[in-house]
Amino acid sequence: MATAEGQQHPISIYLWIWGLLFVLSGFSYAVDYFQLQGLLRWALILLFMFLKAGFIIAIFMHMAWERLALITAILGPPIVLLVFIGLMVSEGEYTVDTRLDVFAQEIFLPAEHGATNH
Amino acid sequence: MAQDAALMSSGEVALPEGLDGVVDDWSADKQTFIVPWGKAMMWIFLLSDTFIFSCFLISYMKVRISTPVPWPNTSEVFALSLGGAPIPLILIAIMTFILITSSGTMAMAVNFGYRRDRAKTALLMVATAALGASFVGMQAFEWTKLIVEEGVRPWSNPMGAPQFGSTFFMITGFHGLHVSAGVIYLSVVAWRVWSGFYDRKGTYETVEVAGLYWHFVDLVWVFIFAFFYLW
Repeated sequence: MATAEGQQHPISIYLWIWGLLFVLSGFSYAVDYFQLQGLLRWALILLFMFLKAGFIIAIFMHMAWERLALITAILGPPIVLLVFIGLMVSEGEYTVDTRLDVFAQEIFLPAEHGATNH
Repeated sequence: MAQDAALMSSGEVALPEGLDGVVDDWSADKQTFIVPWGKAMMWIFLLSDTFIFSCFLISYMKVRISTPVPWPNTSEVFALSLGGAPIPLILIAIMTFILITSSGTMAMAVNFGYRRDRAKTALLMVATAALGASFVGMQAFEWTKLIVEEGVRPWSNPMGAPQFGSTFFMITGFHGLHVSAGVIYLSVVAWRVWSGFYDRKGTYETVEVAGLYWHFVDLVWVFIFAFFYLW
């Protein structure tokens, strides 16, 4: 546990998490390798991503053994990013709709004519 | 330092845990975070860095949503043939495994540091820095391939949406900069471990603080790998 000498845990826990991160990375690579598509692809990518991030923060960065005051102070603020993401998704969709609406659609399509780089 | 040690051994006075602990830590007229100050400061720096990387990834998401031009297929763009048919994303997968391995060696370096095992700590940190340097080397190879062979530029590319280049160079470039800075940072701390600096100082907490930075670099890569390369 966290003592005056800092964070001391058995080596085995790090080796286990290391192996687990390898397996999870292998899984996320497999998602692309086997070309899974659609909802399954996004769901698996996000699942493996959050699991990996969680294990790195909790075990490697010792967050699991810190006091709740530090955990909430560090992991709380990034939650506001969800609002930012929501705003930018809605803004992005509005932008693409406007572009398709206002500009002629064919400008964007034939890449072989080099028409995309005005 | 003596104050820190006194604060941390005050665990024997049984500090309240959970939410009561949060209230106690924040309300009492004392240091809020009962960790070495370097660790608290590193966490706050990493929090600010989280917002910078988030801004980059969110702007990438925004331009990708808002362009009507098809986004280049990353699975094909980053494929590499090793003697035969092209294997999708293989270099990126290898880079991912290297960074995870370096995180593993770093975590063990922190552990041996707190056990006062000077040689093993320094050796594992040097291994971490070497793996980080090889990551940067592969990234340089990847950039060269993309710029010279594929003709990707920050303003255009032959595969699709021109925003692909700008977001790619910005996001992986900023991450690569973090890895490079980390390699230097770890090398300095590894040298100090080796020379017995932390034995004289009486604490190896600097190794853990450097470790936090390094794990964060790995953490950011997890998100870049998922959102930029796999999405």
